[in-house]
Amino acid sequence: MPILSLRDVGVHFGSVTALRNVALNVHRGDFVALIGANGSGKTTLLQTLHGLVPHTGTRTVDDARGARQVMVFQRPFVLRLSVWNNLRLALWLAGVPAPERTERALQALHRAGLTALRERPARALSGGQQQRLALARAWAVRPDVLFLDEPTANLDPSAKKEVEAMLSAFALEGMTLVMSTHNLGQAKRLATRVVYLDQGIIRADLPTARFFHEHLDERAELFLKGDLKWDV
Amino acid sequence: MSAFGESFRTAVTLVLEADPVLLRTVGLSLAVSATACAVAAGLGLAAGAWLAVTAFPGRRALVAALNTLLALPSVVVGLVVYLLLSRSGPLGAWGILFTPSAMVIAQTVLVLPVIAALSRQLVADSLRDGGDQLRSMGARPVTAALLMLLHERWAVATILLTAFGRAISEVGAVMIVGGNIDGVTRVITTSIALETSKGDLPLALALGLVLLAIVGAINALIGVAQRVQGPALAGAR
Repeated sequence: MPILSLRDVGVHFGSVTALRNVALNVHRGDFVALIGANGSGKTTLLQTLHGLVPHTGTRTVDDARGARQVMVFQRPFVLRLSVWNNLRLALWLAGVPAPERTERALQALHRAGLTALRERPARALSGGQQQRLALARAWAVRPDVLFLDEPTANLDPSAKKEVEAMLSAFALEGMTLVMSTHNLGQAKRLATRVVYLDQGIIRADLPTARFFHEHLDERAELFLKGDLKWDV
Repeated sequence: MSAFGESFRTAVTLVLEADPVLLRTVGLSLAVSATACAVAAGLGLAAGAWLAVTAFPGRRALVAALNTLLALPSVVVGLVVYLLLSRSGPLGAWGILFTPSAMVIAQTVLVLPVIAALSRQLVADSLRDGGDQLRSMGARPVTAALLMLLHERWAVATILLTAFGRAISEVGAVMIVGGNIDGVTRVITTSIALETSKGDLPLALALGLVLLAIVGAINALIGVAQRVQGPALAGAR
C-alpha cells in the first residue's frame, strides 16, 4: 500500500491549470525524481503531495506510515535566529519532546557538518550552508517522507555534491524522498523512479533505469535531448 | 533665527539644570506613552498576526477599516474617550477622567490601529516568503504568524517606535482626557500648547526639542541594538 497517493488530482490557480488528472503513488523507500521543463508543474505536484495546496480529486495518506512529512524548498527559508535555534524550533514545531530536542539538534548539526556554525545567524550562512541547514532541520524531525524542491538548483558543484551525499544517506536509511530537479544526471544518480511532467500532466512514471533507456513519448524524448521548445 | 537659537539655549539649560518641572513633565510623558504602547503592542501585534492568517466574512472590510484608522485624528479619540469616561458616560463610574490612566487609554486607542495594521501587513508579506516552509514544519497558521513577528523583530521594533512617536507627540487626546493639570496630567505636548498660548515661544520650542531628542535617543538605541545583534543579517536578507 502506498504511503501517499493522488487520484485524478487537479490544481487550478485562477484560470491556470497547474496539474490535471494526476495519479501517483509513492511507496515507502521510494526516491522519486520529478523532472520536466520550467512551469511543467513539478513544484505544484510536490506541494500537492505534501498537502500545501488546495486541489480537486483525492489525496490519500497512510497515516500509520506516512504521517510526518517535511519539505525543503528551493530557496530555503530560515528564520532570523541562530543555526541552533532554527533546529530547536523545527523540533518544537514537530512536537518532539523537550528532553530529546537538544540531542537531536546536536546530531543534525553533526550530520550536516554545521557544528562549528551552531551559534551563527542562520541568515548569514552561504547558500550551500543554508541548504544543508534546511536538510538538517528536516532530517532532525525524522520525517517519513521528505519533499525536496530542486535542492541543488542554486549551489556550486561542491555544495551540490555535499547535498547529494546527504540525500543518498537519507535514502539508505529508508527515508522516502520525492525531489523535483532539472538535473537529469542527479535524477539518474539518486532516484529509484523518475516521473516526467509536461504541462501539468504526468507523461511517464518509470523506474530510473527504464526511464533513461526505454523509448518514451515524443515530448519526453525531446525534453531529454534538450530540444523541447518553449512554444511547443 | 534668534528665536530658534534662544530655544536651543533654553532647552540645553533646562536639561543641564535638570529642571524638576521639566523632568516631571518628561517623566509623565514617557510613562503614559510607554504604557499605552505596551498595552497596544500586546493587543495590536496579536490582532495583526491573527488578521494576517485568518479568513472570515468581512475580513477585507475590517482590514480596510483598520488601515483607515491609521489616520485617526487624536482629538476624535480624545473626544470619544472623554464621552466614555465622563461622569455621565458608560465608564464614568471608574472615575479616572483627568488622570494619567485616562491618557493611557486614549493613547492606547490611538496607536492600536497603527500597530495592528502595520504588523498585519508585515506578517502577511513574511508569510508569502516563508509561510509554506513553516506550515511544512508543522506550524499552525497563528503559530506561523507569531513566528514571523519573531523573525521580523527589528521591523516590529520600528512599528512600535512609530507607535510611540505618534503617542508621545500627540496633543489632542491627552489634552481632552487629561485636562493639562499642572503636576498631574501635564505632558510635554500639552505644555508646548500652553506655553505657546502664553506667548512663551522659546520655552515651547525648547520643549519640542526635548521631545525630539527623546524619540531620537530611542531610535538610536534600537539602531545600536540592531547593529550589535545582527551585523550580518542586513546583508543576508
